[in-house]
Amino acid sequence: MNARLAEPRGRMLLTTFIGLILTILPLPQWLALLRPAFLVLAVLYWSIAAPRAGGLALGFASGLTLDVFRGAVLGQHALALTTITYVAVREHQKIRSKPAFQQMLIVLGALIVYEFILFAIDGWSGHPMTSPLRWVHAATGALVWPLAVALLERSHSPR
Amino acid sequence: MPGFAAGAYRPSPGRGTSPGFRFTLYAILAIVLMFVDQRRGWLADVRYVLSGAAYPLQLAVSSPTEAWRWLEQIFATRATLEAENAQLEREQQTLEMRQQRFEALARENGELRGLRDALPPVADHWIVAEVVEVELDSPRRRLLVNRGARNGVFKNQVVMDAHGLLGQTMRVGPWSAEVILITDPEHAVPVEIERTGVRTIALGTGETQALALPYLPANADVKSGDLLLTSGLGGVFPQGYPVARITDVRHDTVQPSAQVRARPLAQLDRMHEVMLVWFKGDHPAAPTPTATSASIDKNLPSGDPAYQPQSVPPRPKPTAPAASTTPAPKPAAHAASATPRRRPAGAAGDQAAPQPRTAEPDGSAAPAAAPAAAPVAPPPTPREPAPTAGANP
Repeated sequence: MNARLAEPRGRMLLTTFIGLILTILPLPQWLALLRPAFLVLAVLYWSIAAPRAGGLALGFASGLTLDVFRGAVLGQHALALTTITYVAVREHQKIRSKPAFQQMLIVLGALIVYEFILFAIDGWSGHPMTSPLRWVHAATGALVWPLAVALLERSHSPR
Repeated sequence: MPGFAAGAYRPSPGRGTSPGFRFTLYAILAIVLMFVDQRRGWLADVRYVLSGAAYPLQLAVSSPTEAWRWLEQIFATRATLEAENAQLEREQQTLEMRQQRFEALARENGELRGLRDALPPVADHWIVAEVVEVELDSPRRRLLVNRGARNGVFKNQVVMDAHGLLGQTMRVGPWSAEVILITDPEHAVPVEIERTGVRTIALGTGETQALALPYLPANADVKSGDLLLTSGLGGVFPQGYPVARITDVRHDTVQPSAQVRARPLAQLDRMHEVMLVWFKGDHPAAPTPTATSASIDKNLPSGDPAYQPQSVPPRPKPTAPAASTTPAPKPAAHAASATPRRRPAGAAGDQAAPQPRTAEPDGSAAPAAAPAAAPVAPPPTPREPAPTAGANP
């Protein structure tokens, strides 16, 4: 396998880590609510752009990390993130070929599914959180998706 | 939108297991993890290690904020510092006055109860912890502080600031602890209204500056400005610490309960430092026996202690403002029955047990009571002479 074909694992891990830092960076309350789930976006990107580099393992590991940093039940974010990673990996070719706007819609859907799984597990584990504010990040995440793709692409593009 | 730079990836991996199979494995693993963590609590040690592992990164992420704060301190102007100093001196004086008054009251109180000395304050000691500026879980109201099990911090420990109750620790790591604030939607504090003694529960709303009191009946005697103190029920918080002030009361005729909201006294929007408090376990007023916080539920006494005044030793009320007026009559009424009997620590914790309340002389709560006291009874000291002065002429 030559350099061009090598999976960009290093870059993947680095950008995912940056995504984590952006996720836990302290922000004022109102801004924190608007903050997109950067780590989730990074994982989605790598699942679509390089499904073999990280794939489900990346989704699961990132999810567990989120569980630790958010103080959630261990496995909550892991399950949610693995689920949308699986869909992204399976459909990566279809998603790749879509125009930007359709990709944004797909990402919006994925983030809503993600948040819904979190929501359901919150309820099951006895920490219900019914505030509508929890859904806001799905919209902002979809909005910044094209930007995230442009940035992440530069990190590993062979050109 | 730029297409993905994806030419390099072959469509079908064609190796090992199918993604569907691996997804199933991961999903099952996640679900088992959740079950084990949530329903069994077997992962407590794992979580302890993990929160220790996460802490360095959390510290690193918070360091820019810390650095900024530090710079601000360094470059504080002379004028600012002087103003601050003057302010602090004034506060110090007020507190010292209050302290003198409190000691006299505590002695008097002890005598009335037939004890040789007044009970020592229920707060044993506390440590100051700094808030680690890091995002936890946004719509929820949580905090991370830089003290953990290595400093002796334990789960469900009371967290306060100089003005009032902040919350309690939820999860403790080796060097850090997660605090749930009283404004978190999942949090509830058993409180009593200081003016009337009515007990209820204050729930967090998720907003920074609001608590809700949904369980007050529509005809409850509550009005805007009333002070809420911890009632000592529930076994986590000690009795008599200031929590919030009622801001808004609406009596809606169609609603069976009054719509009441309160504003926390603790400065929840700008916290840099918080206090983690230890209470004396053998103190009759101890909020919870520190060692057995797990057994809270089992120890709940049957019946509402509010309706058994005889079985509950007298409750003095030396909350700074009301202090000068109320403590004497109450204990006197019970003086006969006030043998220094001690209930088992657990039960005492769950009940509104007696205790020299809020105004610890060692200062943990005195500053908290101070602002609350001001509007009600400006300086407590001149109060005592007043009646005699009135009687003489």
